[in-house]
Amino acid sequence: MTASKNNVNGVIIKVSGPAVIARSMSGARMYEIVEVGLAGLMGEIIRLDGDTAFIQTYEDTSGISVGEPVAGTGHPLLVTLGPGLLGNVFDGIQRPLETLRQSGGDFIARGLAAAPLETERRWLFKPEVKIGQKVEAGDCIGWVAESGAFSHLIMVPPDVNGTVAELNEGEFTVLDAVGRLDDGRPLRLAQQWPAKIPRPVKNKLDCTDPFVTGQRVLDCLFPIALGGTACLPGGFGTGKTVLEQSLAKFSSAEIIVYVGCGERGNEMADVLSEFPELNDPQTGGRLMDRTVLIVNTSNMPVAAREASSYVGVTVAEYFRDMGHSVAIMVDSTSRWAEALREISSRLEEMPGEEGYPTYLASRLASFYERAGKVECLGGDDRTGSLTIVGAVSPPGGDFSEPVTQSTIRITGALWALDASLARRRHYPAINWHRSYTLYVETLRNWFLKNVNPAWSGLRDTLLEILQKDAELQEMVQLVGPDALPAQDRLVLETSRMLRDCFLQQNAMSEYDASCSVQKQFRMLEMLLAFYSKCVDALSKGCDLDEILALPVREKVSRLREVPEGQCEEQCEALNEELAASFEGLSVSKTIS
Amino acid sequence: MKSKELMKKHYSGVSRIAGPLLYLRRASDLPYSALVEITAPDGQKCGGQVIEVSDTIAVVQVFEQTMGLDVVNTRVSLVDREVRFGVSEALIGRVFSGSGRPIDGLAPLVADQSLPISGTPINPVSREQPSDFLQTGISAIDGFNTLVRGQKLPIFSGSGLPANEIAAQILRQSKAIGEDVRFVVVFGAIGITKREALFFLSEFEKTGARNRCVTFMNLASDPTIERLLTPRFALTTAEYLAFQCGFHVLVLLTDMTNYCEALREVATAREEIPGRRGYPGYMYTDLATLYERAGSIKGMKGSVTLLPILTMPDDDITHPIPDLTGYITEGQIVLSRQLYRRGIFPPVDVLRSLSRLMNNGIGAGSTREDHRELANQLYSCYAEGQEIRRLTAIVGEEALSDLDRKFLRFADLFEQKMIHQADQERSIEATLDIGWKILGIIPRSELRRINKDLISRYFSELMEDGVKTPFY
Repeated sequence: MTASKNNVNGVIIKVSGPAVIARSMSGARMYEIVEVGLAGLMGEIIRLDGDTAFIQTYEDTSGISVGEPVAGTGHPLLVTLGPGLLGNVFDGIQRPLETLRQSGGDFIARGLAAAPLETERRWLFKPEVKIGQKVEAGDCIGWVAESGAFSHLIMVPPDVNGTVAELNEGEFTVLDAVGRLDDGRPLRLAQQWPAKIPRPVKNKLDCTDPFVTGQRVLDCLFPIALGGTACLPGGFGTGKTVLEQSLAKFSSAEIIVYVGCGERGNEMADVLSEFPELNDPQTGGRLMDRTVLIVNTSNMPVAAREASSYVGVTVAEYFRDMGHSVAIMVDSTSRWAEALREISSRLEEMPGEEGYPTYLASRLASFYERAGKVECLGGDDRTGSLTIVGAVSPPGGDFSEPVTQSTIRITGALWALDASLARRRHYPAINWHRSYTLYVETLRNWFLKNVNPAWSGLRDTLLEILQKDAELQEMVQLVGPDALPAQDRLVLETSRMLRDCFLQQNAMSEYDASCSVQKQFRMLEMLLAFYSKCVDALSKGCDLDEILALPVREKVSRLREVPEGQCEEQCEALNEELAASFEGLSVSKTIS
Repeated sequence: MKSKELMKKHYSGVSRIAGPLLYLRRASDLPYSALVEITAPDGQKCGGQVIEVSDTIAVVQVFEQTMGLDVVNTRVSLVDREVRFGVSEALIGRVFSGSGRPIDGLAPLVADQSLPISGTPINPVSREQPSDFLQTGISAIDGFNTLVRGQKLPIFSGSGLPANEIAAQILRQSKAIGEDVRFVVVFGAIGITKREALFFLSEFEKTGARNRCVTFMNLASDPTIERLLTPRFALTTAEYLAFQCGFHVLVLLTDMTNYCEALREVATAREEIPGRRGYPGYMYTDLATLYERAGSIKGMKGSVTLLPILTMPDDDITHPIPDLTGYITEGQIVLSRQLYRRGIFPPVDVLRSLSRLMNNGIGAGSTREDHRELANQLYSCYAEGQEIRRLTAIVGEEALSDLDRKFLRFADLFEQKMIHQADQERSIEATLDIGWKILGIIPRSELRRINKDLISRYFSELMEDGVKTPFY
């Protein structure tokens, strides 16, 4: 594969890490994919200067010499989209890792090529449109049943329209033509799309449905919408990856794209061994059957980190275009930013803040803008959504650094992870004072309608108690907890209960790893009912220590251990017990 | 093929020597990252690596002193397209310099294979999820930051803290539970002092580890740039022994801070735009290409477990070296100066330490069913106790509630009975039992992280055993 497809045949004149400079490249275009050197390494043109091209290579350049050839391919980085994506694991440039393992062994050597989708496998295609029917971009011409009962819509590619002249039912590979248009253009199961260009849609819509995560602190305090964006920054060890993985497992999106960008290999092994075992809570099928994994670990070539995010989001858009709710988790965007910085510095560009290139913010912005709820192309009024959750790894846990700052300027929610919470093993270590969401107002109606009309009020009370607690803690630092009046001590105690029993959640536990919004509501209702009973009892003159020693308190605290199905029933029983206990309390008080 | 003919060619166009770098003209046919040999005017030879090549100039990073080199008579020749190391099982028991020369006075090694030291990434789908518990006999690690085979877990130390002693204790005590396994240690000394080196060597001698150890020594007095090679030689050896010979390999690298400083030295010599504190922007990636070589592979018997030691300059965990390391490794063991001053050994700051793979290696079947929840509860109580301790410093113990006092007492007991163990060896069961005992002073209603059944089972078991709580 060294012959150029568009007559761009250059010669390498400099190699410096992943940056390669080649001459005699006239005819080459910006962001064109080229084959570098005798080994045919994949690279992308990122600057043109006369006939000199600056290339970032997606593979290790060791052993490459000056004078070796560079051949153009005539196209930018393309993502192949079609049946076989789901359940698959790709590297940053969409090479299927399982195929690479079979052809190249357990270590990834350089210059390996592999088709993104299996070319041998035959899929049963069922046409949905008739011959002679006019179709336009985005129209569904039929479908293919993928593993796990997922019906994969076969859509007319975004830049195509015409009249169907031929369309066949039967078994096809992704390369076969299943039919053709009257102008002779073939219709295939798979299509290609440039990774760095957003796939077109008819319209962007308002995001009004929540992206339910099953994490109490997120759903209750900082919910985001399907089609929204969130930034998840945190120093090392604050639980970014565990949280991203929990989102991938339990969130309400129908399709998950998980991008491990410049992160740990063993963590990806975790995901790879765990996901196929897990059941999808929505469909009962395997979790892996609704997931696409894109893995570019930290020791894999840096330039492919940028590619991995774009490949991931393009795959996500493709499923969105079928009318699904899709969520993409990128862990971590900082590694991608660092790759930009490395390449930028090798190109001797003028650095911006902390050495990052000045276009960092605009790159991030255009990436997150690919999220949203949309009206899809095509005649049948499908709507789909794409939610982006990007983890950020700020150096030293300091959020003032450029990547975090550029990200939170764009995203709709900040889920700030906190090292001091993580140190106490309070997970998810979301700092409730620092985090925020811009989606509360748009989502309020959904919660009032689908969860409980009291949802808003409870959420406000919860926030109020947490805020009051923060103020009291300052006082406690000066005078000690015993010097506070009983009401204030009650707030401290309640806040502790809320933190330990509600906000904190155990990702490793079977019953607590995910929590439905209904159960969340019940738990919160119960905890706050306990609180208001306490306030009442205090005002009647009961002793605080006596109130806190009530056995019912422990039961309220342990509600999260109750399985989803029994929650309603248990709460009923607890409500009665609660009333009885407090009655007993006041009686004993009057006697003494 | 081509390298044979290139080998004969000599390059004499040295145009500039600055710091550890040598700039060569008329050498554009040198491949990127090739290994070269540099011959000084007096005939002295040393190694170097091409770190940038263009049609006008090639930049060579010199592994040893540039003293004595000049721009007129210095000759450079190509040795290989990349730096390689000859490996075989006979490596075990040998001692090498930081650049892979035998320095134990024994006969040169007959190599089975010659492997490039830069290594290639393990395909993520080939990785086995590390989940075999590796008992170190140290409570602070086994109980709270459990090490599993194939993990990379660094020790974050400070100047004057006993990281080496802890590493030695781990080496002495570590054994994998289960059948007898083939176990080797690969020791990479990076810029450490002779005294520290001798400490490790005598430790190996004492414990009999000498004969199942491969040592690479770059001492403080050895060339700085060689430090960039030492961990790569060590890890190439480890990968070979693990994935081709089926050994379980424990790699000890000390001190990674010296490695990072060598990296910075080269970066500044190349006049690169410096990142935080002058370290190059690609340090994350560079460290990742080392640390990520740990792991185990599906269908293979061996594994590479990596224990790098680094010194946090001024005990600052946000310094780029510990910070970037923490982002790559699967957790960290942080040492505390405060605990050390109080005579607690090993002075492991349990709250700041973490093992990300712990959950895979613990629980029924590997350690004990109560391990996870008990550890979580102990953490959380200790954190509470620490916070109250801070508070006490301001408001005095009188202002505390009864419950607060119990947490305070708990924190003291936790440090004295659980973390402190001197050079004793403790089984995981012993560690967990101590945990239950000291948990006894906290009222049961406060134990919200543990399942009720576990509480009743283990508390009553301890009581029935007649193990009357000796601690309080």
